[in-house]
Amino acid sequence: MNRNCVPHAKSVRHDIGLRRRYRAERRFRAYGALAICTGLFFLIALLWSVFSQGYTALWQTSITLPVRFEAAVIDPEGERDKKPQVLVTANYPLLVRNALAEKLGVSSEDRAALREVNRMVSPGVRVQLRKMMLDNPQLVDTTQTVTVLATADLDSVFKGQVDLAVPQTSRKISDRQVEWMHRLAADGSLYKAFNTGLFTFADSSRPETSGLGVALIGSLYMMLIVLVLSLPIGVAAAIYLEEYARKNRLTDLIEVNINNLAAVPSIVFGLLGLAVFINFFGLPRSASVVGGLVLTLMTLPTIIIATRSALRAVPPSIRAAALGLGASKTQMIFQHVLPLAVPGVLTGTIIGLAQALGETAPLLLIGMVAFVANYPVTPMDPATVLPVQIYMWANEAERAFVERTSGAIIVLLVFLAVMNVAAILLRRRFERRW
Amino acid sequence: MSVSGTVLVILVLGIAGFFLSQALAQAIEAREIKMHSRPHYYGWWAFLLAVVPSLLFLFFWNLGTNIYLEQHIAARVPYTAADDITHNRSLVLGMVRDLARSLPLLGENLSGHQADSYAALRNMLGQKGVALAVQGENYIVPLAVEWAVRLKKIHSAGTVATLVFAVIGFVIGIIGTRPQKRARARVERVIIWGLAVASTIAILTTVGIVLSMFFQTVTFFRSVPLSGFFFSTVWDPRFSVVASENSVGQFGFIPLLAGTLYIAFVAMLFAVPVGLFAAIYMAEYATQRMRGIIKPLFEILAGIPTIVYGFFALVTVGPFLHELSAAISGGQGFIMTQSVLTAGLVMGIMLIPFVSSLSDDIITAVPRSLRDGSFGLGATQSETIKRVVLPAALPGIVAALLLTASRAIGETMIVVLAAGVAARLTINPFEAMTTITVKIVNQLTGDLEFDSPQTLVAFALGMTLFVLTLLMNIFALYIVRKYREQYE
Repeated sequence: MNRNCVPHAKSVRHDIGLRRRYRAERRFRAYGALAICTGLFFLIALLWSVFSQGYTALWQTSITLPVRFEAAVIDPEGERDKKPQVLVTANYPLLVRNALAEKLGVSSEDRAALREVNRMVSPGVRVQLRKMMLDNPQLVDTTQTVTVLATADLDSVFKGQVDLAVPQTSRKISDRQVEWMHRLAADGSLYKAFNTGLFTFADSSRPETSGLGVALIGSLYMMLIVLVLSLPIGVAAAIYLEEYARKNRLTDLIEVNINNLAAVPSIVFGLLGLAVFINFFGLPRSASVVGGLVLTLMTLPTIIIATRSALRAVPPSIRAAALGLGASKTQMIFQHVLPLAVPGVLTGTIIGLAQALGETAPLLLIGMVAFVANYPVTPMDPATVLPVQIYMWANEAERAFVERTSGAIIVLLVFLAVMNVAAILLRRRFERRW
Repeated sequence: MSVSGTVLVILVLGIAGFFLSQALAQAIEAREIKMHSRPHYYGWWAFLLAVVPSLLFLFFWNLGTNIYLEQHIAARVPYTAADDITHNRSLVLGMVRDLARSLPLLGENLSGHQADSYAALRNMLGQKGVALAVQGENYIVPLAVEWAVRLKKIHSAGTVATLVFAVIGFVIGIIGTRPQKRARARVERVIIWGLAVASTIAILTTVGIVLSMFFQTVTFFRSVPLSGFFFSTVWDPRFSVVASENSVGQFGFIPLLAGTLYIAFVAMLFAVPVGLFAAIYMAEYATQRMRGIIKPLFEILAGIPTIVYGFFALVTVGPFLHELSAAISGGQGFIMTQSVLTAGLVMGIMLIPFVSSLSDDIITAVPRSLRDGSFGLGATQSETIKRVVLPAALPGIVAALLLTASRAIGETMIVVLAAGVAARLTINPFEAMTTITVKIVNQLTGDLEFDSPQTLVAFALGMTLFVLTLLMNIFALYIVRKYREQYE
């Protein structure tokens, strides 16, 4: 076969182009390796792009200050006992500004400097201090140590994401503010803390006070609805089609339908949800219940297909044994076949849920893009979900929102990873070779 | 009694029926009388008798109530007020319904509000935390009151009837606990019926999709001619300004279709070679160990939500290509940050694992004997793949590519973030184009009045998209089915 094997014989054979053919072989193989490398390269590029931009979102620059709750600022007229409204409308940011100015040694006459001091602290302190005050009105005229958030701009500078070589007129933070920042950082009152707000705050127009709180609750509600509806319905449909249904036109139609539904563009399900659940049944827009129903319809094919293959994998001997001992067909299926198929069913369910968790397009159409500032209490309340929150933040222009968006994507990917790993472990743990 | 309260009572009754009936059956069995079924089947049968008919009745009664009231009140909306345009009528109806539903919050005496003005009621309800439409004519109030009064009557009648059904079922279930009763057979028949009903959900969904889009599409084509949609090249929907009836806007579908197909084409151009070669390598060359590493990695790529790809395109790939082109030309970048190329490239990345896993399955399904025959004739491995394996797998691969293309056409989030919104016809891949899915999202997000052509067009677009992908999917499934039969 090989030329080297017959060194002595004079080559009488025609050249069959082995060299050329081996070259083609190597080339072909290299193409394949190259294709795999391309795929892996993009996987790494994508993950790296998200993580490198997003991991900083897990920390947030905070400033700890002794703030004096001056009665002269909160309640200049001295009428808070009669009008509790005063405590709600008081100018709380002024308290923080004064505290910070005092710490930095800025004179209370220097208006320009005071404005710059004010721009270092997030306007979100108004809500924060108001809550402290309303919870405990005794705080008036006491000094409390308060940790407040820095503005997103200062946060970016402190994290080193802003090029300070740019002339200060064309950036948001002036040289003076940078110097103050370093002074505060040196004495330990300005520091990076773990960003709990990312997980607890509702949406906001300011990057530093916006978080995923509402989106996490909305996603949780939707996943629960999807699980509660699609698991029993999907399993029931799969059992019927796999075990009971006779092969006829109707079951054929159902099967084609299921396969087709798995491939229908997701946005079409959004149109269905809008027309049927919102306009026809009158369910509220932006509510997690509508989203849950739409995602249920999308998840059903996945669960049905997974359950059917799990049922098919249970060997006939189990069925024969059950029937032989006098079980009815229904008893055989529910007491013997289905329990053995549970790991497969659960794996399929988790994968279906993971798909539903990342789904965005249909939810845009049923009004989940609403700006929701309050926690939803029931699934009927307006809410948003993780991927839609990511979409909304991705459309914001500010630099700090890119960081938040990436951070939110990391949160989403972590959830998906956990679910998929759970599915894989489940499969490994309970997989049985018959 | 509220609906959930009724359901709760029925369930309690059913559970009581279960235990009572089971206990009865056990008592009979204790007397050494042979029962047809095990005791818990009698329990289940009593439970089903008490719960299923009454719940079904409740469901259909409520559905019927809504339809009846809507018809009934719609006939009474003053004709002048409804202005003879259907969408105003449905708007008025919606306001009546909202008001009627919230009226009971103001106390038991519904008809006492007959003479109140809409604004006054709105204020009172506003204090209870119910938000109603701001503009409302006073004639809505008596209609809403009538609605609420009737609703209350029908509702109480329905509740009573439901409970009667439940009690009757409960009693029959208890009485029926006799040795010769074939309880198991009956329970099993109900179970099978339940399973069959569950399996029709798939059909119902498809029917729902088609019907929901069909009616809106028909309404849309009442105001816009077919030719103005399918053959016009201008997309300019002009969000309708109040009181300017003639500015309907133009809904040319051609630029959207062109953008959709162009972006899908670029994506396929990228994904098909990479995905196919990756699949070939994994199926034919890779060792078992390598497969075990690479396959999960590709599955990660497949599991990443499309919104993440969209974000990747928006903040990484788009700017990168823009700067790259600027570096090449030395001045202004000729690739826009939102462009056909950006969207196509990123969509291609998304499709790689899709192509590779589908093709991998098909290539591995080609029987070993074909390969052995080819090797035996002296072909190299790549020759075997090119001349034997791929031709044998061709129908399956074509089906896989069709499925991939249908996914590319229906993909939304990547193009929403990376393709742009300008509907124009161009062959320059470095410029922005828009797609059907982008326009569906654009037309339906934000505040919308539901029955204008500007929003209805989204359903016409959705219908087109559905039909397009449906044809591709069915054709692909047909090929797959046909192909699979060859080797089995």
